[in-house]
Amino acid sequence: MINKVVQNAAAACQDIPDGATLMLGGFGLCGIPENAIQELLRKGIKDLTCISNNAGVDDFGIGLLLQKRQVKKMISSYVGENAEFERQLLSGELEVELIPQGTLAERIRAGGAGIPAFFTPAGYGTEVGEGKESRAFNGKMYLMESWLKADFSLVKAWKGDTAGNLIYKGTARNFNPMMATAGHITIAEVEELVPEGELDPNMIHTPGIYVQRIFQSKDYEKRIEQRTVRQA
Amino acid sequence: MSLDKHGIAKRIAQELQEGFYVNLGIGIPTLVANYIPEGMNVVLQSENGLLGMGPFPTEDQVDPDLINAGKQTVTTLPGSAIFSSAESFAMIRGEHVHLTILGAMEVSERGDIANWKIPGKMVKGMGGAMDLVASAKNIIVAMQHTSKDGQSKLLKNCTLPITGLQCVKKIVTDLAVLEVTEDGFKLLERAPGVTVEQIQAATEGKLIVEGDIPEIKV
Repeated sequence: MINKVVQNAAAACQDIPDGATLMLGGFGLCGIPENAIQELLRKGIKDLTCISNNAGVDDFGIGLLLQKRQVKKMISSYVGENAEFERQLLSGELEVELIPQGTLAERIRAGGAGIPAFFTPAGYGTEVGEGKESRAFNGKMYLMESWLKADFSLVKAWKGDTAGNLIYKGTARNFNPMMATAGHITIAEVEELVPEGELDPNMIHTPGIYVQRIFQSKDYEKRIEQRTVRQA
Repeated sequence: MSLDKHGIAKRIAQELQEGFYVNLGIGIPTLVANYIPEGMNVVLQSENGLLGMGPFPTEDQVDPDLINAGKQTVTTLPGSAIFSSAESFAMIRGEHVHLTILGAMEVSERGDIANWKIPGKMVKGMGGAMDLVASAKNIIVAMQHTSKDGQSKLLKNCTLPITGLQCVKKIVTDLAVLEVTEDGFKLLERAPGVTVEQIQAATEGKLIVEGDIPEIKV
């Protein structure tokens, strides 16, 4: 098998240029590529277009990139937890495209699967549909939506092997599997990197063909946005 | 006496049926999970990729890799399944989810819903709401009948940006249970002690009242 392993986030992200279009996995702060985001911050790569379901919170996740004004455009479905984001949006400093969550997921999936466009009922009759082609199927109206691709996809998995195969854990899966397929270069950071042969082929979520670089991550914070508990 | 948010949730829980797969929105809809009738098998879908959402974890069960669509820590149950966001919305768009319960800022007498944006003020995004309302077989809205400043939220036409057209089937408010029909809001039940006249006064859209209107039992 081809060895996809690189040393760390710095090696994995060394050729991401200013102005790149990135996909970043995660839902809220769950399953985000923390190490790659830190590296984007450290290098100060700017004018980024970030495709991600959310925009982090003010002081974590993509919110850190927003604070440093490294993001030119966000393509997301929900950005409600980030005051700095809202400020930059309302003041016009940041370009934002808000997309229904299922449409966002499917546009990314389509990008990875070679489907240039598809029809979905989400957003028909709303401002999301303005300027888009619509068509009736069986008497119901649908909008045409196009695929999304990225120069680099930054995904986070639980386990991965040297061949780039990935397994996610819990709801940290979310957007990561589709984004892994839609990046020209996909960079996977994993909590546990193992030699090929150690992961059960039946249990692989993302086959290694989609992953160009993989590295063993470190120092995860895994911040929780809403810590809700019940009494034991 | 009008219903409080728990009363609204309890009344909506009466709409659940054995074997239903249900998506609950944030706010009052989340409370419905607390009032699922004893012994009834209902599976909760969370659109970030979880089917069979369990209760909040105990302190030692908290897992940052297991949250619901409201970003709250949750648990799985025996029989739960976890999947990607694309898979999650495939089951929503494919009408495999029986019932969607969500909040709203406005509903029109044709069943249009507005719940995602206040121009110039709130720009949080629609999340999964547009996908859910465009595809759900059955949508129940849980909301207050009027806004904080007393304006009706059951309107002839929505004034805020639309989330979806002609999709809401039923509305449970603090004052009433209403069905959206081709002719307008049909009043089904009224909150204990609330009169039809009070409901009429709080409803801007067309209200249809036929015969005696029973009180809500919760």
